[in-house]
Amino acid sequence: MAILECRQLTKRYSSQPALDHIDLAVQPGGIVGLLGPNGSGKTTLLKLANGLLQPDSGEILIDGKKPSKETKSIVSYLPERTYFADWMRADQLLDLFQDFYADFDRQRAEEMLQHMNIQPKMRIKEMSKGMREKVQLILVMSRRAKLYLLDEPIGGVDPATRDYILHTIISNYDPEAAVIISTHLISDVENVLDDVVFLNYGHIALHKSVDELRAEEGKSVDAVFREVFRCS
Amino acid sequence: MRWNIRSDAPVYSQLVEHIKLAIVSGEFPLGSRLPSVRELAAEAGVNPNTMQRAFAELEREGLVLTQRTAGRTVTEDASRIEAVKRRLASAAIQTFWVSMRLLGFDQSEALQMLSASGKKEKED
Repeated sequence: MAILECRQLTKRYSSQPALDHIDLAVQPGGIVGLLGPNGSGKTTLLKLANGLLQPDSGEILIDGKKPSKETKSIVSYLPERTYFADWMRADQLLDLFQDFYADFDRQRAEEMLQHMNIQPKMRIKEMSKGMREKVQLILVMSRRAKLYLLDEPIGGVDPATRDYILHTIISNYDPEAAVIISTHLISDVENVLDDVVFLNYGHIALHKSVDELRAEEGKSVDAVFREVFRCS
Repeated sequence: MRWNIRSDAPVYSQLVEHIKLAIVSGEFPLGSRLPSVRELAAEAGVNPNTMQRAFAELEREGLVLTQRTAGRTVTEDASRIEAVKRRLASAAIQTFWVSMRLLGFDQSEALQMLSASGKKEKED
């Protein structure tokens, strides 16, 4: 069964459709890139999957269920913005996640903090933007979830850290889990993706395996994206 | 091993080529145990599923064997590896001829240049 499924999913802001009758199924055991220009509906889709928004029509199902408290226990979500109270220290955030999520692997989180040279006693307000994003990603990837929804996980960090983060994602995720990554930085992520979904103004323009796409087009996903979404 | 994954061709077929080359060149010797899919995927910076597919292909070709207890090993069949080596060599030669033709050299000129460069290589 699909871990995430959309059936005729529609969401409008005012009268403007952000997602327009979308059908999509994501199977467990893969990494999917959710790609599209600004305003194409990527964040909206991820928010709907987390129950932060309600569909206007159609439905979205996580492991066969509507987004709820129950589905939140199997979904690890990295929102587009950090939401931590800035007086908190890194180790207090680890406590918080440990309290909230039964699947949180504290040891893994501590190892990653160490790898990224983040002192556990450091407060959020003392951290740079990049460090905050790293802490947030460490927390999210340290859960043993069935579905990871990552909204722009590498947008604010330098290229070396991007590599470390992608390395973290591919070496930590359970082969039974699925990861959905929304990003603009296609060339950085395309080697680790199984599939790509192109969103274009609320519609799915393409859903294919990266290798199939490269074999058919003889070029990178990044190059295909630039053609499909060329601004004229 | 140095992995250099280009972005204009399928990752999967590039992994197959890389591993083949490592086997043929003896970096992964005859009968030796191979690192796990996860280790190699992390090293190459690719998805473990893709590495898994590459290994499945190498198994189909008989270059890699899966042992129930010992994980994956390189075949001990030297003739099979020799055959792959020959195939890779003829592909390299083919590329040479195509490039020389594009540059406008005929076969005898190209051969002359090749043997001259071969002698120089030997001296070095």
